[in-house]
Amino acid sequence: MEMISLRNIDKWYNPSFQVLKNCSTTIEKGEVVVVCGPSGSGKSTLIKTVNALESIQAGDIVVNGISVTDSGTNLPKLRARVGMVFQHFELFPHLKVIDNLCLGQVKVLGRSRSEASEKARKMLERVGLSAHAEKFPGQLSGGQQQRVAIARALVMDPVCMLFDEPTSALDPEMVSEVLDVMTELAGEGMTMMVVTHEMGFARKVANRVIFMDGGEIVEDRPAEDFFQSPESPRAVQFLSKILPH
Amino acid sequence: MNYNWNWGVFWAPSPDGAGTYFDMLLAGLQWTIVTAICSWLIALCLGTVVGIARTTGSRWMLLAGNAYIELFRNIPLLVQLFLWYFVVPELLPVQLGNWVKQLTYGAFYTAVIGIGLYMSARVATQVTAGISALASGQRMAGLAMGLTKAQVYRYVLLPQGFRVILPPLTSEFLNTIKNTSVALTIGLAELTARARAMQEFTFQVFEAFITAAALYVALNIVVTLLMRYIERRMTVPGLVAGG
Repeated sequence: MEMISLRNIDKWYNPSFQVLKNCSTTIEKGEVVVVCGPSGSGKSTLIKTVNALESIQAGDIVVNGISVTDSGTNLPKLRARVGMVFQHFELFPHLKVIDNLCLGQVKVLGRSRSEASEKARKMLERVGLSAHAEKFPGQLSGGQQQRVAIARALVMDPVCMLFDEPTSALDPEMVSEVLDVMTELAGEGMTMMVVTHEMGFARKVANRVIFMDGGEIVEDRPAEDFFQSPESPRAVQFLSKILPH
Repeated sequence: MNYNWNWGVFWAPSPDGAGTYFDMLLAGLQWTIVTAICSWLIALCLGTVVGIARTTGSRWMLLAGNAYIELFRNIPLLVQLFLWYFVVPELLPVQLGNWVKQLTYGAFYTAVIGIGLYMSARVATQVTAGISALASGQRMAGLAMGLTKAQVYRYVLLPQGFRVILPPLTSEFLNTIKNTSVALTIGLAELTARARAMQEFTFQVFEAFITAAALYVALNIVVTLLMRYIERRMTVPGLVAGG
């Protein structure tokens, strides 16, 4: 079953700068797809079109059978079921960790405070942060904050998860704690679209790799094929630069 | 300088028959406080609405918000009060205009509306600045979890934005208090007006205005301490000011 389908996406920031050029791909339920490419290639913009945080000028996007681009679609309702994790965490700094996890459940899904709180605590336990429920985000390390952000997305019972460079803003020693949570999530069958430079994660966890350059999807192939025999010269060059690390 | 100091004048009965001259000044202080608080409530409410309007991303709302701010902050407060008090009632339908002119507390209502609108333009620029100071990712994160635009403002942007602008809002509140003195020109018997009346009755100009000044300072120090207390209460652990 198709979970995310992008068809012929075009986006211009202004009439002279096209940031996405005719991008198409499909992500099946349970699939993990890594999107990579050099900076400015449009990866982050592409992933943000999936839940309409970025508008597009042409093309169709369908998530879980619902059109994102149809003007009649109830976007808040759709977004509530699409989890998103950001590069800079974007936890709400004025709310305690537990309240960060309850806000969407109570205000969007209409759950009772006690139901939301119970779910939040279970999810915090899962990401190994039970002890931090009553703290404020600013009192946690970057890795902990990002795990809270993942938990905040998961308590909404998402049908799929979007990760926008989830480890790029982390100190190196904190990257693995976040990747571990993501790997576990993938193992449970979550549909995931991940923009990342972590090629180890891509190789180990991803079913497919999408390689972007200059706003175009240059390669879209099974992860193993991509790493062993990239087709485009641009991808070969990209891999040769980042794989040795 | 040939001046006869007489601090005892404060305990002499005032001609308004309501007590001593000191009582007269205190009654003026009460009008100052009530006028300032009512004006400030109007300024906060309208300023917040206009400030938000300028951050929604809608071009139309931005233009409307900008026009509002330029209108109310570029005309001197004194002129605005005169417009509200002397000109606007004449532009209303005759009956309504007469009703307005005969209101018992007409000067008070006019002062509250005039000062409130004038200060709302200043509050609006602060609110816009507070919201704009937040990372754009905060808005995205709110939308991404399914909050509506209004909910994003209510639960994400405003609680943070207001924390950022609490210190400048304190000085705007102090400005509001000080601006109430302009209302003496339309006949509101607030603190400055009473000090002037006392001067005219007693010729003790120094005592009257030194005491009025001291009362303004005392009032503003109380407000400053109160706002500092609120700032401390609102501080988020682990968050450096402005996040």
